[in-house]
Amino acid sequence: MIKKIKQFLLSLMLLELLKGMLLTARYFFARKITVQYPEEKTPQSNRFRGLLALRRYANGEERCIACKLCEAVCPAMAITIESEEREDKTRRTTRYDIDLTKCIFCGFCEESCPVDAIVETRIFDYHGESRGDLIYTKEMLLAVGDKHEKQIAEDRAQDERYR
Amino acid sequence: MIEFKDFVFYALSFVLVASGLSVITSRNPVTAALSLVLAFFNAAGIWLLLQAEFLAIVLVLVYVGAVMVLFLFVVMMLDINLDKLREGFWDYLPMAGFIGLLMMVEMVLVFKTKEFNLSPVDDSLKSISNTEVIGNTLYSTYVLPFELASVVLLIAIVSAIALTLRDRKDSKKINSSDQINIKRQDRVRLVAMKSEEKYVKSKTKDRK
Amino acid sequence: MEALMTFIFGSWGSDIAKTLWILLKIIAVVLPLMLSVAYLTYFERKVIGYMQVRIGPNRVGYHGLLQPIADALKLLFKEIILPTASNKILFFLAPVLAIAPAFAAWAVIPFDLNLVIADIDASLLYIIAMTSIAVYGVIIAGWASNSKYAFLGSLRSAAQIVSYEIAMGFTLVGVLMCANSLNLGKIVIGQVGGFWHWYVWPLFPLFIIYFISAVAETNRAPFDVAEGESEIVAGFHVEYSGMAFAIFFLAEYANMILVSMLAALMFLGGWLSPIPFIPDSFLWLLIKVAFLLFCFLWFRATFPRYRYDQIMRLGWKIFIPITILWIVFIGGMMQTSWGYLFH
Repeated sequence: MIKKIKQFLLSLMLLELLKGMLLTARYFFARKITVQYPEEKTPQSNRFRGLLALRRYANGEERCIACKLCEAVCPAMAITIESEEREDKTRRTTRYDIDLTKCIFCGFCEESCPVDAIVETRIFDYHGESRGDLIYTKEMLLAVGDKHEKQIAEDRAQDERYR
Repeated sequence: MIEFKDFVFYALSFVLVASGLSVITSRNPVTAALSLVLAFFNAAGIWLLLQAEFLAIVLVLVYVGAVMVLFLFVVMMLDINLDKLREGFWDYLPMAGFIGLLMMVEMVLVFKTKEFNLSPVDDSLKSISNTEVIGNTLYSTYVLPFELASVVLLIAIVSAIALTLRDRKDSKKINSSDQINIKRQDRVRLVAMKSEEKYVKSKTKDRK
Repeated sequence: MEALMTFIFGSWGSDIAKTLWILLKIIAVVLPLMLSVAYLTYFERKVIGYMQVRIGPNRVGYHGLLQPIADALKLLFKEIILPTASNKILFFLAPVLAIAPAFAAWAVIPFDLNLVIADIDASLLYIIAMTSIAVYGVIIAGWASNSKYAFLGSLRSAAQIVSYEIAMGFTLVGVLMCANSLNLGKIVIGQVGGFWHWYVWPLFPLFIIYFISAVAETNRAPFDVAEGESEIVAGFHVEYSGMAFAIFFLAEYANMILVSMLAALMFLGGWLSPIPFIPDSFLWLLIKVAFLLFCFLWFRATFPRYRYDQIMRLGWKIFIPITILWIVFIGGMMQTSWGYLFH
């Protein structure tokens, strides 16, 4: 009984609430850890899985041989490939579309690729202004690859040991 | 030439009568209740014109702020079909009209008596706060009826609660007071234990 | 001016001149109020951000100072969506009913000695009446949107507002017992002579209860079950967008400022300075109100949301008994030789 009364009187002091408020008040003056995004960026791993790209060999020939392994493995079914036989008897794609609104960035396509053609880059801040803008065609993917080839190659070289 | 004050009075009373009519004619119970709220507001406005500010504010506070909120609550929760309620409207109209007329005649008779024809408040009273005057009269001249009324109201409250307060046996309702009063110490017991020698040794060896 | 009006409008002239003059005064109060509401939202985001080790808005203008303006512009240009099965008139009436009492109550708030729009005798009562009407905006919004989330939210908040109003009213009874007046100006003047004369001290439990009830009354965290995001999306204003939503937002913050203002006036000596030899000024009132508003935000950053039955328990079973007890206690003490402590 006495314990109950004691507890009741203690509860009127609102001690727990004051303790909580003291804690938030301390954090009020704590150093802020917000990353000011466009100016500051958090460090990225070389295995970062961002925007997809198609690579080329050093001589300018595209790597993709249209084996369609990526298309088969893609869990989101975001990849569409059509291929043809070229005059030099090699098989190349005529169409290589990735629907980035479907893509889940799992990286299976990259892993399945026998020639390191489809890769994921470190780019994560891209956008489209209408729905169709995020369906990347072969030309767009190749353009991304050409633009960032240096970074892509570096990341692959760093990871070589584990592949 | 009507004065500005008269103009305000007519505006208020017009809205008052119109909203009163809408209370009984509107098809939607919620609109009816809201019209009643509007009517209260206009009545309060008229009382303000009569310099009965305390009464006007209390009217808004009690009727608009509390009573009508509860009314609205109930009306919103219930799915009332007013058309069904109104089925016999025209059959009952003659009788209702007669009663209404009777009441009106009675009201006129009452208003004609001298108790309702007091002279306007003289200016000497205007300087005194009307809250104070009401308080003084309530707690001196009318203290007995006032206290009686409050006791009756208290009994009404207590009995209303007593009539509705019953627990179902199969109710699984939780008691939030009990829940809140639980402290950490009641439930959790921190036990000091010696860590087992062998286990600690093997662990440290693994790490090496 | 009056003569000019009489010349133009004849016998109504002086009345119209008076009305215009009052209108000007109202604008002089409402415009700064709107501005402070806008900046209160900025203040809130900053304070809560800081307590969560973030930095809050900092992009629009210097340190994000133009953020509220940008928000207001965005809301202005957004489309107001009308739900198909809603009650059209009531749907648009609700925001107006929410904001009108929040602004109307400011008519009797004294900002300094004799600096008040309408100095009426029962101004405290008037404010209680106005805050009690504010619930209509919520109820009607919830009902008119014809959505279950909105309706549930409105029922919750209406029940909550009605119950906490009682506790709040009782705390005010304590104040007016001390001040012997219902007039806010007189209540402040009753506390003259340094901070130890303020009503917080004799009425400390009532002050705490008033402030907590005020938080509940304005539907702020931790009592914000009316818009509990995790349960009922956003409560009574789910269906509102654009300016209609902004008006609810405005009303909520205007009410916050109002209840803080009341607390400052009734318990913390209003515009009176805490130490007698420093001159009294409107600035003191501002500082006190700003601190109380900071407490609102502080609560929001600290406490998790209450469960609904616990809210009701707190209101009815804890606050009302304690306030009644304390009122009886004050009444008793006033009759003894220590009565001077309570005036």
